[in-house]
Formats: sequence, C-alpha cells, structure tokens
Amino acid sequence: MSGTGANLMSFIAIGVLVGCGVSLLLERSLSRVLLGVILIGNGVNLLIIFGARPGGAPVAGVTERGAMSDPLPQAMVLTAIVITFGFTAFLLAISYRSWYLTGDDEVPDDIEDQRIVRRAARKEVSAVDLGGEPPELDPEQLDAPAPGQRGEGPG
Amino acid sequence: MLVLLTLHLVAAIAAPLLVRWWGPRACYPLALAPAAAFGWALARTPDVAHGGALAETYPWIPKLGLDLAFRMTTLSWLMTLLVGGVGTLVLIYSARYLPSGAVGTAQYAGVMVGFAGAMLGLVLADDLLLLYVCWELTTVLSYLLIGHSTERRSARWAAAQALIVTTLGGLAMLVGFIMLGHHAGTYRWSELAERPLPGGTYLVVAVLLILLGALSKSALLPFTSWLPVAMAAPTPVSAYLHAAAMVKAGIYLLGLLAPVLAVVGPWRPVVLVAGLATMVLGGWSALRQTDLKLLLAYGTVSQLGLLAVAVGVGTADAALAGLAMLAAHALFKSALFLVVGVIDHGAGTRDLRKLSGLGRDAPVLAGVAVLAAASMAGVPPLLGFVGKEAVFAAFTDRPLVLAVLVVGTVLTVAYSLRFLWGAFGNRPGAAPTRLRRIPPAMLLPPAGLAVVGLVAGSAAGTVDHLLRPYAEILGSVHAHLALWSGLTPALGLSALALAGGAVLFALRGPLAPLLVRLRAPVTGLQGYEWITHRFDRLAVDVTSITQRGSLPQYLGLILIVLAAVPGGVLLVIRPWQHSIPLWVTPVQPVVLLVITLAAVLAVGARRRLTAMLLVGMTGYGTAMLFVLHGAPDLALTQFLVETVTIAVFVLVLRRLPERFSVRPLWSSRWIRRAIGVTVGLTVAGLAVAAASARRARSISEDFPQFAVERGFGRNVVNVTLVDIRAWDTLGELAVLVVAATGVASLVFQRSRTGPRPRRLEADRGEAVAGRPVWLRGGATLHERNRSLVLEVVTRLIFHTAVLFSFYLVFSGHNAPGGGFAGGLVASLALIMRYLAGGRYELAEAAPVSAGTVLGAGLALAVGGAVVSLLVSGAALESAKLNFRLPLVGDFYLVTSLFFDVGVYLVVIGLALDVLRSLGAEVDRHIEAAGGPEGGLAVERQGGPR
Repeated sequence: MSGTGANLMSFIAIGVLVGCGVSLLLERSLSRVLLGVILIGNGVNLLIIFGARPGGAPVAGVTERGAMSDPLPQAMVLTAIVITFGFTAFLLAISYRSWYLTGDDEVPDDIEDQRIVRRAARKEVSAVDLGGEPPELDPEQLDAPAPGQRGEGPG
Repeated sequence: MLVLLTLHLVAAIAAPLLVRWWGPRACYPLALAPAAAFGWALARTPDVAHGGALAETYPWIPKLGLDLAFRMTTLSWLMTLLVGGVGTLVLIYSARYLPSGAVGTAQYAGVMVGFAGAMLGLVLADDLLLLYVCWELTTVLSYLLIGHSTERRSARWAAAQALIVTTLGGLAMLVGFIMLGHHAGTYRWSELAERPLPGGTYLVVAVLLILLGALSKSALLPFTSWLPVAMAAPTPVSAYLHAAAMVKAGIYLLGLLAPVLAVVGPWRPVVLVAGLATMVLGGWSALRQTDLKLLLAYGTVSQLGLLAVAVGVGTADAALAGLAMLAAHALFKSALFLVVGVIDHGAGTRDLRKLSGLGRDAPVLAGVAVLAAASMAGVPPLLGFVGKEAVFAAFTDRPLVLAVLVVGTVLTVAYSLRFLWGAFGNRPGAAPTRLRRIPPAMLLPPAGLAVVGLVAGSAAGTVDHLLRPYAEILGSVHAHLALWSGLTPALGLSALALAGGAVLFALRGPLAPLLVRLRAPVTGLQGYEWITHRFDRLAVDVTSITQRGSLPQYLGLILIVLAAVPGGVLLVIRPWQHSIPLWVTPVQPVVLLVITLAAVLAVGARRRLTAMLLVGMTGYGTAMLFVLHGAPDLALTQFLVETVTIAVFVLVLRRLPERFSVRPLWSSRWIRRAIGVTVGLTVAGLAVAAASARRARSISEDFPQFAVERGFGRNVVNVTLVDIRAWDTLGELAVLVVAATGVASLVFQRSRTGPRPRRLEADRGEAVAGRPVWLRGGATLHERNRSLVLEVVTRLIFHTAVLFSFYLVFSGHNAPGGGFAGGLVASLALIMRYLAGGRYELAEAAPVSAGTVLGAGLALAVGGAVVSLLVSGAALESAKLNFRLPLVGDFYLVTSLFFDVGVYLVVIGLALDVLRSLGAEVDRHIEAAGGPEGGLAVERQGGPR
C-alpha cells in the first residue's frame, strides 16, 4: 500500500457521496435532510483522508516511520465522525419533535420571514421599529414621584 | 489616578449589594468615590496652578503600544473638580430622590458611579485611544441612565436616540484620532501636540471627523435633538450628565485640541457657525417651553453653543473666558436641574402652567434658584457674569460673532426670567401648589452649587489665577477675569443683554404667536426619525429579498455558489491534467460499486428504513476505504458509529410514518438532482486538486517522533487526539455535551434529572417465577415484545463488551482504539440492554443520570488540563508515571489516560442521553398515547391520520 493515495475510485466515491447527499439535503423532509448530512459527512471525510499520504497504520513499532499514513487528517476525521454522530442524534430529536407537534417532519417556510416579505410589499416597517411616541408627546413625561405622592398633588 | 478609577469601579460593583442592604441611602457611601476624585484634584491644585502637569503611565497592551496614560493639566483639573464635585452632590441628592424599594435603584446607583468613573477617565486620559474608550463608556452608561424607566417607551426611545447619535459621532472621532495618531506615530496627545501636523486634505478630513464627535457629544447643531429628548432621564441624571459632565465632554475635547488644531482650515468656521446657531436657536426654543426641565434642556443647548464658541475658537483671551464660563455653567445648570427635581418630586408636576405660589411656599428653594438663574443670566457678582463679560471682551475684534453672542445672551436672560417666573411665580388661574417638606439632602446640593457660583464670582481674581495656565498655552493673555474691569464695551454689552432680556420677557404675551410660528422648518428630531425610518425600511426590503423563509432555497443558493466559484476556479486550473491511477488495490472498485449503488438508491428510496439502511451501507463502505488507506482507528470508529446511528435511527423510526411524504413537484426534484450532480462533480474536482496540492513539508511528519518521545504512546492518532491536538478534542467534547443536552431537551417534556424508572415491576416478576431470569427488566415488557434469544445473547455478551471497551481505552495509547472507540463499544452494549429489556433494563444497566456521566467526563478532561497546567505550566501536557505493584511488576501510566477516560465517559453520556430521550422517553410517549401512531398532533385530531 504505497504510492499516491489519489486514485480515480476514491474521487468517484467522494463525488457520488456528496452529490447524493446534496440532493437529499435539499428535500423538505427532515429525515432526508439528515441522511443527506450523513452522506455529505462521509464524502468530506474521505476527501480529507485522500488528500493525505496513505501507508501503513500509524502505530510506531508496527510500521516504519517512512511508511506510515499521515496521522493528522486521521485525527481530524475521527473527531468529525463522532461530531457527526452527535449532530445526527440532535437532528433526529428535532425530527421527532417536529413529528410530535405537527404530524410530519417537514421543514415549513419560516413564518417570520414570510411576514417580513408581506410587510415589504406593503411598504411598512416592523412594529418594534416604530419605537413609540417622541417624548414631547408623551403624557407621562414626568419623573415618577415617591410612592403614594402623586395622589396628593393638585394635578 | 488609576487608584481613583479603580475606586469608582469597586464602588460601582459594590453598589447593588449596598443598595440591597441600605436601599437608596447607599448613595451616601457611594458618593465617596467622586468625592475622592474631587478631593484629590483639590489637593493637587499647586501642581497645576503654574502650568505644570501631573502624568502617570501604566502599561496596558504593550504589543499594541497602548498604555493607560493619564495627564492632568489645568483643563483636566477643572473638569475633574466639576465631575467629582457635582457627582458627589448628585449622588447625595439621589439618596433622597429615589423612591425606596423601587426596582431599578441598584442599577441606577451602580451605573451612576460607573459613569462618574468613566467621565473621570475621559478627562484624565492622555492617550487618545484611552480617551475614546472612556468616551464610549460614558455613552453606553448614559444610555442606561437615560433609559432608567425601562417601562416607558419614551425613555427607551430617548436612550436609543442618544446612543445612536453620540456613538455615530464617537466612531467618526475615532477615525479622526487614528488618522492623527497614525501619522504622528503616537496616540499620546502630549507628544502628538509637539509633532508636525500632516498636511492638506488628510488633516482637514481628520479634523472634520473629530469635530463630528465633539459636536454630537455636546448636542450642537445639527445633532441638537437628542439632548431635549434625553430629559426622559431622572432629574439627577440630567443634572449630572446633561449639565455638568457628559455634554461637557465635547467642549472638553474642543478645549484639549484647540491649541493645536484651531489653526486648521475648517476648524474655526465649523465651530463658530455650529456654536452660534445652536446658541440662538436653543435660546429661542427655550422661551417656548412649558415643561421646566425642557426649558433648562434647551437652555443647556444654547449655553453649549456659547461654550463651543468660546473654548473652540482657539484664542488665548477667549479660552480663559470659556473656561470660566464652563465652570459657571456646570454650577448653575446642575443647581437648576436639581431644583426642578425638588419641585417635580414634591409637587408631582413640573409644568409651569400648573405651578403657582411656590415662591412663598418654599422661599429657601426659590432663593437657591434665583442665585443660580442670576448666574445663568449673567448678573454680577456671580461667576456667570464674570465669564460672560470676559467672553464679550474676547470677541471685540470679531463684531459679527459678538453681535450674535449678544443676541444669544438676551435670549438667555429672557429664559432665565421665564424659568423663575414659571417655577415660583403666582398664576391667577391655577390653584396654589402644595409642596412636601424638602429633605435637607435634596436642598443642600443645589444650594451648595449656587453658593459656589457666588463665591467664585466674588473671588474672580483667584479663578483668573488658577485658569490662566491653560490660556497661556495659546499665547499671551491680555484679559483678566474680574468683577470690575472698568467701563469697557463688554460691560455695556452685559448691561444691554440684561435689559434686552428683561424687555423680551416682559413682552412674552404679545410675542407668544411669533414664538409658536417661528421655528426651524425641520427639527433635528424629525430628521432623526426620517433617517431611522429609512433604515428600517431598507432593512425590511433587504430582508424580504434575501430571506424568503425556505430552507431548501437557502441551502440551494449556498451550494450553487460553492459549485460556481470554487468550481469555476477548478475549470481554470484543471487539476486533473496529470494522470491518475484507476485504483491502487482491486478491492477499491468493489467497495466503490457498493457505495455508489447504496447512495443512489438511498436518494430514490421511499421508505425511511430502507433509506437509512442504504446510507448505513455507504458508511460501512467508507470504513472499508479507511482500512485500505491505512487508518485502522478511523475504520474502527466509523464501523461503531454507523452501527450506533442505525440503532438510534430505528428508535425514532418507530414513531415516524413508514414512508416519506410524496413531493408533488417533479420539476423541483430535478432541480435538486441537478444541483446534487454539479456539487458532487465540484467536490470530486476539489478532492483531485487537494490530493495534488501539497508542496510544503507536512507538520505531521514529526508526529510519530513526538508521540513516542513526549506523548509516551505508539498509536500516533490517539496521541494526537489526547496530547498533541488535545485542545481540539476538548472543544469537541463540549460540543458533544451540548448536543446530548439538546437531544434531551427536545424530547423530554419534564426534567430529565428526575427519578429514573427502577425495578418495581421487575421485582414482582422475579418473585413470582422463582426461576433464573436472563434480564430482570425484560419482565416488564409485554410478552409480545420480548425476544428470549435477544435477552440470552445480551446477558452473555454485555459484560464482555463492557470489558472490551475498557481494554480499548487502556490499550488505545499504543494500539488502535482509544476513548472514542471504547465509549462507542460501551454504548452499543447499553443499546443491546435497552433493546432486549426495555427502559427498566436500561436503568438497571446504567443507574446514573446521563448528565452526571457527561459532566464527569468533561470535568475529568478539563481537570486533567488544569492539573497539568499547575504541575508543568502547560495545559494538557502528558507525563509518564512509573509504578511497581506486587505480582504485576513494573508498569507505567501516561497521564493523558485520564483525558481519554473523560472522552470515554462523554461518549457514553451522549449515548445514554440519546437512549433515555429517543428510547425510554419515546416509549413513555407511546404508552401515554396508547399506541405507536399517536403524537401530540394525532391526539389533538382524535385519531390516526
């Protein structure tokens, strides 16, 4: 197992995994999105690994130093695999919750964004942006007196 | 000086605690901080009285050349006295002003002291960047103070406006500072002033930017509008920020820079035009106000215009007069604000149409107000008179400016009279106002300020002596501050102004329609509203164009950019030009075939389970490719993760519909696939480029040597994870903990830390049967759901699997394995127990909460880092410990094992949390819903869909 790691088979594998992952990622069903993420993850892990030198297992004493595969991308990908698992579990939980609340696990359009689109069509700004009346028009433009005092005043 | 600032900081931090103990009375001890600044400046008077300077420098960020450089000269001495003195009095006043038991008192007290500290830093800073930091600190703290009544919209509005306007100016000023400092090579103003100025447009731009900061901070035109609006603040805040301290920061900056920059082209025109226009317009507006506080606010605007003209013009005589005026204004305006606060507090209104007869009711208060207002109007023998006459005298050579100044002063006299008449006069129509008894703590501060104005006016010669060193920086000073300078034109103008003001006030009835009609066509407030409204509109428009709310659209756009930009570059550089071998080993094409088939079928799969299994196959294929590449650790981890993923997925699939819902749009499906193919091709091309891109020597060449010699392990990948790149792993552990917590919080409707289901029902099964049970939890399952074979197998291999996971952790340092792989094996063992025996069995197998395991793991990893930091001075450094045990013999332990055990625990904790949530808790949901089809949505609809 020497020579360059770069070979056509590995590149095709990367392309197929990422391509299939992307077409799943663009679906609306969260389960499919999740499967897409896993596929893309596998493809990208392969990309990182195949970018480095192949060789024997990077264990001193088993493989000569010169014949070892590059250990650094392996460490990076190992973390990536476990992170992907954590991410998968999280997306599954979201998917379950979405189903629990709405009966399916599809991602709907964001309601707040649609509201902004409608607002832009009507040439409005958000209510919170209006900020309220300027102080000169505010009937309460007064310092709050000590408790129980306002009632005693003449006004 | 650093001690004083630290004192303010400590007081500000302690303020909430003190307020909790003593209520608003905590303001008395807190007043000690500004009082210390005042006392210190007073004690240091001899050092600066003859033009000397006190300097202190402490290194702050040496790499950036930033120092905490402080310097006190006459100008900053005067400002320190004002900031400290007025700050002390205002805090004393606040002790009685604030209602006891109100919510915001603690915040108010803390922020107020903090503000005093920031202001002190501002006037003492020698380094322009330090000055900027304090400048923005005052802005932010003033935001909190103006918006003190958070429940009132007007207060929030006013706070936001003050923040936006002054921050805008501050940022412009920072750019100006940087331009100057960059050119000079230093940000120390005392050094910068000595160096040659840059020339031409560069200098003009820098000066204009700095002026923008000064004008906005001191509410000069065109930035006036924020100051009257900011009267939404509590009155002591207005007395301090909007009379004595913050608005004076702009004037202070003008005074600091004018000796050097006043000669620069645009400086004088800008300062004079803005100052004079502000003075006249502010004074005119003040005559219109019925709210006493707003009247004072417009008066302040007007006076700030006067100060900007006097201090900013940059001639020696005007500078001396300006400084006297600066002190006079701080004294009388704070006093007047505090008087308004007393009226407002005691009568419940500050509308001059409702007040009547207060002059008789509160003669002492009225006396204080008359004293302060007389200083404002420029009546001898008060400091206001001394200052104003000196200003007139300094501008005799500029008749046009002088004329406008006289007009402004006429207006000042008129609104001073209007204030006194409004606050203390009798109104025939209105009922007499009843005022509550005024506590001494609220009367003494304004009285003190007003009396100082009287004393300083009488002692004009001393004031002249003390302030003269500043003016002498600008050249020889001809003027003298004095009560009597002889029959000069200035004296005549002072008398003229007083008479004119009195006439104007007397004519207020006939003038009323004119006052209403004659106002600026566009007020600053409208301008501000228009600009912010346009910004809001712009934000809505941009958002509506870019944020359509569809996740596939966003992702598609991102992916198209990925395909277009890096893909386009690929088409240009064509990394595939050199020959690429078809395969290295003949196994590769076989694995590729499996991966391709599985991935393509997964895209088309209609059933969830099928799709998941196919994706799992690609995962195993990937693991095979890892093996072929020479990465056994990766392959091991990938195999285990893939298995755990499938198991977890199946747990959720119990509940989700069997098939994906059908997407009706065929066109969008083909668009998705086209994007998929394009991105796939791009990434494959990127892989080709990446594989042939290495030119330099990899840093990992030395890893094997490091691993053996310094990490004491032979498995280079594992040593990389727990030693060489352990920081990355630590970060990853944190991510895993977050993910696990996220999963649990999404599924659990109740706290997951409650009691776990234990063997209540399991005991019953055991007792009745009396025969050996394979899994005790299994007895709790319905007969239909039990599998005896699974139970037996689980019983047989569970302990072996756990033991094996220990082995992987311990041997991982020298052979494939490690914390991740070990944790995953243990997780699989737990999953087996759960699948065979249900949730009671899971609780039997792991009778600890998932959070405890996660926390213990993270604590172990972080604790290891801390211990290593304490012992060896570097975090996550490995050490080799040699032991000798009887029977076992010699062996060694590498400390990074503890870190790996932390990893192991976190992975188990994650799996446990996932099992508890997506397994056991979902079981409970199913039982509660009466069947696997029921979710909340189904329960609501009353039946399966």
